[in-house]
Amino acid sequence: MGMTMTQKILAAHAGLKEVVAGQLIEADLDLVLGNDITSPVAIHEIEKMNIDGVFNKNKIALVPDHFGPNKDIKSAEHCKCVREFAKKNEITNYFEVGQMGIEHALLPEKGLTVAGDVIIGADSHTCTYGAVGAFSTGVGSTDMAAGMATGKAWFKVPGAIKFVLKNKPAKWVSGKDIILHIIGMIGVDGALYKSMEFTGDGISYLSMDDRFTIANMAIEAGGKNGIFPVDQLCLDYIKEHSDREPVVYEADPDAIYDETIEIDLSTLKPTVSYPHLPENTKTIDEAIKDDIVIDQVVIGSCTNGRMDDLRVAASILKGKKVANGIRLIVIPGTQKIYLDAIKEGLVQTFVECGGVVSTPTCGPCLGGYMGILAENERCVSTTNRNFVGRMGHISSEIYLASPAVAAASAIAGKLTGPDNI
Amino acid sequence: MKNAKGTVIKYGDNVDTDVIIPARYLNSSDPKELALHCMEDIDKDFVNRVKPGDIIVANKNFGCGSSREHAPIAIKACGVSCVIAETFARIFYRNAINIGLPIIECPEAAKAIDENDEVEVDFDSGIITDITKNKQFKGQPFPEFMQKIIDCEGLVNYINSGKN
Repeated sequence: MGMTMTQKILAAHAGLKEVVAGQLIEADLDLVLGNDITSPVAIHEIEKMNIDGVFNKNKIALVPDHFGPNKDIKSAEHCKCVREFAKKNEITNYFEVGQMGIEHALLPEKGLTVAGDVIIGADSHTCTYGAVGAFSTGVGSTDMAAGMATGKAWFKVPGAIKFVLKNKPAKWVSGKDIILHIIGMIGVDGALYKSMEFTGDGISYLSMDDRFTIANMAIEAGGKNGIFPVDQLCLDYIKEHSDREPVVYEADPDAIYDETIEIDLSTLKPTVSYPHLPENTKTIDEAIKDDIVIDQVVIGSCTNGRMDDLRVAASILKGKKVANGIRLIVIPGTQKIYLDAIKEGLVQTFVECGGVVSTPTCGPCLGGYMGILAENERCVSTTNRNFVGRMGHISSEIYLASPAVAAASAIAGKLTGPDNI
Repeated sequence: MKNAKGTVIKYGDNVDTDVIIPARYLNSSDPKELALHCMEDIDKDFVNRVKPGDIIVANKNFGCGSSREHAPIAIKACGVSCVIAETFARIFYRNAINIGLPIIECPEAAKAIDENDEVEVDFDSGIITDITKNKQFKGQPFPEFMQKIIDCEGLVNYINSGKN
């Protein structure tokens, strides 16, 4: 019986010729990831296990990105706990402040995620690495602990929804708009327990950064993972960033999908998610009519803090000023992105237009720090969740959007699109 | 597995882990401290009224969002004996099993059971009894190995126990 791309990767890592949806398997892991919030809980658990060290010091990545650089004393203690564990176990891929970036922007850039891998991370957006043709999924701290100890994890083999992306998207339509459109269509549990497998000729028009954004938000539709076929663009990306050899899997022609959904990318518009669920989508044309006056704009996160994102935002902000009273916060995803943004003059553009540029951190995306919202404040944000209280006060509102819409909104002082400023 | 029995506290769809335990409290991983803020952003009164043994019942996609294990840890530390939902978000589902918080999926029960009902859950059979309404529902029992993990109060104890 035919298998999906995800099922083929899982079968290979479980030492099985074939797997079917619903089957429980144990798979070998190529990488186990944790951050400064989830790792301390995992470290506490692993210390309770009767084991001597970790399964492979080169296959664990620890990134203190959520509250790092340390936002307060308690966070500092958590980061210290991770640092000391990394030192004791000689973890190769521990990224201290200075090398650190937002984990899901950082790991592909460091070449730690390649096609064919099975990756778990104690962070829900671990599904990002499906963009390079890996099976990667978010887990909790105990799974991370067991993964670090044994190099294995149990999975229920997922069924899949096949998304056939067709044609070329219009100028301002990015990966973010595509994934928000999809979540709006299927809902925040539309892909619950399933793989989201993206195919179709439309993928050839998507940059790697677009694909990272799309795979990143698979979890926002409840998906177990999101995954892209490995094309030449993807292979070139992996070759540029990694010494490891990718293993390319393709879905069988007779693979079984629970559903197939075709999307004509040429018909999509810039899309915004209204509070308080990512599925509450409207096109920017509809949203403009609502006259949503805002207080803050955030451009960054594991969803949209990459070079493409900063470039498009800067192209709109160059030579302009943010509206009076609007706080624009730009957060490059990694130190390399930060440096490239300086070299390209993007940072100068952001500062000159009246924005601030932060060191890489998850910061405001999860309501940590660096841009918390007060009562009744509104933010247009390129982040991934607009749940109640996600960025601050429970009455504050988050409108999820692309970097282009976020930049345009910063100039206008209200929710608007790049064609309307 | 031991049965759960208690009074129901009920919620709707898409209860996310940000409202179960807001990130502003994630600079701690102490279960007791997390329990003080459980459900704070959706139900400020929850921590005052929850009693040991209480059962949370919710509709679809309970525990969506962040992978924070702090969410089931906080619920368990409040003394909640079981969460019944139409569906669970998958990371929350794993996390609950891994830390030994009993959960069970049953759309019929999730729809029919009301706030303050007295409910009993038999995990071996998957039978959910609403004592107040005198009604029974059949939930999906866990595969055997998941039951063993919960019996051991979590994955780590399970691995240590050598039962795997």
